Amino acid sequence: MKKELGIFLLLVLLCVIVSVINPNFLLAINLQNLARQIGMFGIFSIGLGLVIITGGIELSVGSMMALLGVLMSMMLTEWHVGVVLAVLLCIAIAMSLTLIHGLLITRLNMQPFIVTLCGLLFYRGLARFITKDETKGFGTSAGLDFLRFLANGNLFGIPMPFVLLILIALVTWVLLHRSVYGRYLFATGRNSEAARYAGINTRSTITIAYVIAGALTAVSGIMFAFYTNSVSPANHGNAYELYGIAAAVLGGCSLRGGEGSVIGIIIGAALLQVLRNLVNLLGIPSSLDFAVMGAVILIGVMADQILSERRNRRRRATAQDA
Amino acid sequence: MPPLLQMSAISKRFPGVVALEDVHLQVDPAEIVGLIGENGAGKSTLMKILGGVIQPDSGAIELDGEKVVIESPRAASGRGIEFIHQELSVLDNLDVAANIFLRREPTKGGWLRLIDNARLYREADALLKRLGLNITSRTPLAKLSLAQQQLVEIARAISAGARIVIMDEPTSSLTLSEVRRLIEIVRDLKASGVSVVYISHRLHEVEEICDRAVVLRDGRNAGELPREEINHDRMVRMMVGRDLKDLFKSGRETKTDAQAADWFSVRGFRTARYPQEAVSISLARGEVLGVAGLVGAGRTELAQTIFGIDPAIAGEVSLDGKRITIKGPIDSIAHGIYLIPEDRRTCGLIVDMNIRENISLPKLNRFATSGLIQFGKEKAAAKQACQSINVKAPSIEMKAANLSGGNQQKVVLAKWLTLSPKVLIFDEPTRGIDVGAKAEIYALIRELSNQGVSLIVISSEMEEVLGISDRIAIMHEGRITGVLEREQFSEEAVMAFATGSNRPAHMEVV
Repeated sequence: MKKELGIFLLLVLLCVIVSVINPNFLLAINLQNLARQIGMFGIFSIGLGLVIITGGIELSVGSMMALLGVLMSMMLTEWHVGVVLAVLLCIAIAMSLTLIHGLLITRLNMQPFIVTLCGLLFYRGLARFITKDETKGFGTSAGLDFLRFLANGNLFGIPMPFVLLILIALVTWVLLHRSVYGRYLFATGRNSEAARYAGINTRSTITIAYVIAGALTAVSGIMFAFYTNSVSPANHGNAYELYGIAAAVLGGCSLRGGEGSVIGIIIGAALLQVLRNLVNLLGIPSSLDFAVMGAVILIGVMADQILSERRNRRRRATAQDA
Repeated sequence: MPPLLQMSAISKRFPGVVALEDVHLQVDPAEIVGLIGENGAGKSTLMKILGGVIQPDSGAIELDGEKVVIESPRAASGRGIEFIHQELSVLDNLDVAANIFLRREPTKGGWLRLIDNARLYREADALLKRLGLNITSRTPLAKLSLAQQQLVEIARAISAGARIVIMDEPTSSLTLSEVRRLIEIVRDLKASGVSVVYISHRLHEVEEICDRAVVLRDGRNAGELPREEINHDRMVRMMVGRDLKDLFKSGRETKTDAQAADWFSVRGFRTARYPQEAVSISLARGEVLGVAGLVGAGRTELAQTIFGIDPAIAGEVSLDGKRITIKGPIDSIAHGIYLIPEDRRTCGLIVDMNIRENISLPKLNRFATSGLIQFGKEKAAAKQACQSINVKAPSIEMKAANLSGGNQQKVVLAKWLTLSPKVLIFDEPTRGIDVGAKAEIYALIRELSNQGVSLIVISSEMEEVLGISDRIAIMHEGRITGVLEREQFSEEAVMAFATGSNRPAHMEVV
């Protein structure tokens, strides 16, 4: 809990600073837009967090979103697939692809970094190939109102992606922190050897985490596609996996596995979006966007590391078997 | 002449714990001092202070009569104090010579500091020869046995010009013949003027080589014994402050139930490590089968294969008259066959999880409704299991990492006891556990056996295997070379089979 509290305080502090310097931060329209971004980025970040808890990584998120985005557009505007079917297909494709990642990692003992890096390259290439590198979109096609509402609409003034994030967060919170699967996930991430000795099916535990990440990537991906309303296969979703990884790590997930929480990941995702917003509102040249984010993440993680090291040293000293 | 080392009135407190209180330790030149005591007695803390790993709160250290402050391990090394850790600290991606001269590589080429390989290997080879290690220093470390790796550490200490070598449980993972070799080397060190502080739970080793035994108890000096007074009983009495002759109090119930002799059996079993050897064992209900043998005899592999960690290549397992198939730990656990592995910290427990989570981990579903954990049920079961076998911890929410070795082992045991075991396989049940907890583990083994649980106990400690077994199977190079009934038990008989020296032509084990 300490980790989450620290990052939460950092988030509050940033919000206060920005709103003091530029009160426009607190305008309803700005907050709404911010919440929308947090929702869309938060959802796939949770999935990435699960994968990181297994001790793995998923780098293909951004490319997969581009692939799903162009497929969505082609299904709906060119192939005349029904809306419901198109959404289900989209989610199914993402889950199948990450299922393959999970199987390659757990059955063939391939390294997650490599498997998903190849995914990153492959899906991007595939998206560009099937579109002949043309930007795809939804224009003003009829019958897509519900999907447009999901991405751009509000429910009682709250942006839909944020509402969806809260719902998904509740479900994954229960899954991660209250269910047998969650316990097995943490056990496997911490020490897969001991988990195996306790009779846990570590392979399927890990694979399921990848599949869930795939499903959440698809949900985010569909929203992003309708949010931008046009999908350029070469750029859409570029580097989004890094937002997810950064959110998870800021939120207390350890890349070594076995550590993390849903609340932390969401706060991490929110912090990243506040940072982007801050760059806008404070008139910092937008070319510095990434630099600011990099610096804040580095400082945040560094502070956390220094504090926890100090805590550990004290604890270790106490517990030393003398 | 002043003593080589004089540590006086050393105290060290950790928040909430007094680890050392007014402890004295003197080491003379070319002396072998045995430092003994139960786990938690303060041996490691004292040696960490000497090795510069931690600083004392008060007290003084004198080397050659001169007061010194040892502020880091590097400073300790500079003063001729070398620490050979219980867990090996060699790098297995480098070769032997690189390990011996790590941080002290001979160089050439002036400021370029290129490694002078010719000299490196020449000097390393000379050292290995001196230690009687029959390998070239170009051998990759990963290819060496544990014992050989340990000798490499000793070579490193010698080459660094050690005057005092601290050995922390150096024999805990060595086979008997390797222990002999180590003892000779310790004596050689002494002959060449080096002093050794020898920490060991194996008291007969202390009896054999130490010039003096210093006993610690609860962070204080509990006394010391000169060479001629060192004997097993006196050391134990000083360590625990009481007699322990009832360590193996038998309390055994006679079981001559002939029909049940085959209650659990493994036939024609081939493990991945020794695929050419077919192993068969069988146990009666409630029987304790000791499995003795040298390290590398294939005992751990047999245990892991039965449990399903590395599934068997061939062979069959039957329990209570039914043939069962074990493809992985999930299957063995489903049949009530559990393994308590040798390496608690990496296989037996998830040390970053708390006691409760560790205990409920296997078949967690039993504490869950529709996939959600019922914390009340889980807590109650964990608490009850801990009480029943006397796990000493302030709370079941305590991280397993912070428990002593004995209590960790009890948590591993508690985990399986909540699942009513039918067959329990112990791999080195008391390794690294202090005398008091050992006695409790033995009593538990006895109690389980009386309740009708069949136990396979793999042990490298002769006393232990002779003390708790109903029958002993001895392994050598992957095969069972002999089985001894209670009345045939003797140290000599076990050793003879273990070394393969009088292996009978065909010894079928039924």
